Amino acid sequence: MRDVAVVAFAEAPSVRRTDGTTNGVEMLVPVFREAFDQTGLTKNDIGFWCSGSSDYLAGRAFSFVSAVDAIGAFPPVMESHVEMDGAWALYEAWVKVLTGDADIALAYGFGKSSAGDLRRVLALQLDPYVLAPLWPDSVSIAALQARLGLEKNLWTERAMAQVAAASRSAALSNPRAQLSGSADVDELLAAPYIAEPLRAHDCAPVTDGAAAVIIAAEDQSRELCERPAWITGFEHRIDSGSLGWRDLTTAPSAAAAGSAADASGVDVAELHAPFTHQELILRAALGLGDAVRISPSGGALAGNPMFAAGLARIGHAARAISSGGAARALGHATSGPALQQNLVCVLEGR
Amino acid sequence: MPPPLSAPLEISFDYTRSLGPVLARFMQSLAQRRILGSRSADGRVHVPPAEYDPVTFAPPQELVEVGPAGTVLTWSWQPAPLEGQPLARPFAWALIQLDGADTALLHAVDAGSAAVLRTGMRVTPRWAAEPAGRITDIECFEPAAGTATRVAARAATEPVPVPGAETGTMIAPISLRYTHSASAEESRYLRALAEGKIIGQRCPSCGKVYVPPRGACPTCGVPTATDVELPDTGTVTTFCVVNVPFQGQRVPVPYVAASVLLDGADIPFQHLILGCAPEDVRMGMRVRAAWKPPEQWGTTAENIDHFEPTGEPDAPYDSYAHHL
Repeated sequence: MRDVAVVAFAEAPSVRRTDGTTNGVEMLVPVFREAFDQTGLTKNDIGFWCSGSSDYLAGRAFSFVSAVDAIGAFPPVMESHVEMDGAWALYEAWVKVLTGDADIALAYGFGKSSAGDLRRVLALQLDPYVLAPLWPDSVSIAALQARLGLEKNLWTERAMAQVAAASRSAALSNPRAQLSGSADVDELLAAPYIAEPLRAHDCAPVTDGAAAVIIAAEDQSRELCERPAWITGFEHRIDSGSLGWRDLTTAPSAAAAGSAADASGVDVAELHAPFTHQELILRAALGLGDAVRISPSGGALAGNPMFAAGLARIGHAARAISSGGAARALGHATSGPALQQNLVCVLEGR
Repeated sequence: MPPPLSAPLEISFDYTRSLGPVLARFMQSLAQRRILGSRSADGRVHVPPAEYDPVTFAPPQELVEVGPAGTVLTWSWQPAPLEGQPLARPFAWALIQLDGADTALLHAVDAGSAAVLRTGMRVTPRWAAEPAGRITDIECFEPAAGTATRVAARAATEPVPVPGAETGTMIAPISLRYTHSASAEESRYLRALAEGKIIGQRCPSCGKVYVPPRGACPTCGVPTATDVELPDTGTVTTFCVVNVPFQGQRVPVPYVAASVLLDGADIPFQHLILGCAPEDVRMGMRVRAAWKPPEQWGTTAENIDHFEPTGEPDAPYDSYAHHL
């Protein structure tokens, strides 16, 4: 096995609504351009492409095939797709490079969440027999999880609001963020509930966006990037899809992925927490102490493009390494309801 | 530039889902107004029943009857119910541990007001008037008098089959609504069609002309920028004779669906070939668009009803061979 590093990351602006199609081409073309400009690469240098997106979100069959137009896939390219966040596409790309099938790979994710009613679309990721026919929406399910922790005194509504305020404050340094600014915790807590016990600030915004990450094997990495972010651990795990069968106040799959990837000793953790209390669950599951800088990009609460936000977390973690701002960082991605599935990518500078 | 065209799009589909032996009995029992859980080897009772134990992966030892009353473990308030949810008025979602169960079931609680809800409250199912062997046979739960009692789950007697349940399937209707946007290039194409013109776009890198325009050259991966007006004549590159009837078909079978390469374009598009017998259609045949009357034109590809033969000599094979 050889070492693999992240050498480039680009993301589209996180916005509430774009005019573009649901096949992502309009968002992806400039994102690819930016990633190529960072490295001097062209599309012909990419040995493997992998995308993450969803037809349910796009409202059309095989939407990822149309997205391939953004690549310029002629002559044919080696390409794959996951119906998951682009972070899992990056995992597949990483395996391709590790095993020598490709030397340089590009993973991307895209989602036009504004095209449909995101809360209803996400109900269709649930068990199709006993859950999806009730159309439980993503915010309501997160609210059930939040209350469990509140009533067990694991966190407070104030602690949740502090997560939101910290996210917006951090996002001031991220020009691509959708929500940023200084927020007063008392003012946040004065807002009404939208799904008691959740307020609007507890929920990630609905976001259209896209992201791309380029990884390369060791020889190429050093040529392409002054300070590559070397991948030292990359793991994903999953918990039961039956919401009533597990303790929703913990994320055993996040803990297991973090342990397997060795998440210890990181300076920065970019967490894909679409709800404030989920950041608190993840910090506990991943053993992140107070010294760890959490989501300096603002995280998913500052912009949550479906199927791209997890990949973007890894991208921002890599950027923290490449800029010299961190020696060791992790990017996390989640999928499914109430942190059901979790992925951890640990990166370090050398 | 005007904003891209967009239109509402509703996608509906009835999934037919196989239930398997465990969920089939669960659903059949719901239609009998009884709720079953599964007992694992360790004695734990899962509700809804586990097809395989999540820890040991073994099939359940037996199915047992639980509830019907239960206790709210957590709840959230839904002030503005969404389409398809169990109730149209504000309600609570709750994880409910039914008496005799060790896990919780997600369902709605019709409590009238969030002020009524509390964790630990007792609830009981309200059954749908017309059972169908689905989870929605429980219309919702409602607050119940009394306190939680640990009720031993009773071994389930074999439920009486309900009509339709013998197939072991359920129908799960799915319906989603979108605002579907055309790309900027597709919008220009559709707006041009409304004026009886066909617009393609040329790739600035390789010079190829794409119709309909695609936004990015699939060969070069760069945005296509230059509009090119194309004639409504072209060549059949390849075709098939459609003999299979299907729902929504607007032309009686047999008929011809063909790839038509418009003159000056570098990619063929699909259309119908009418105006001659299907057996007379051939590769290389020269065709022209048959437009609907202008008063029927809109921003739609349907402005061209079909293509029909021009009567010109066939195009030589070499002129379109590289488009096959």
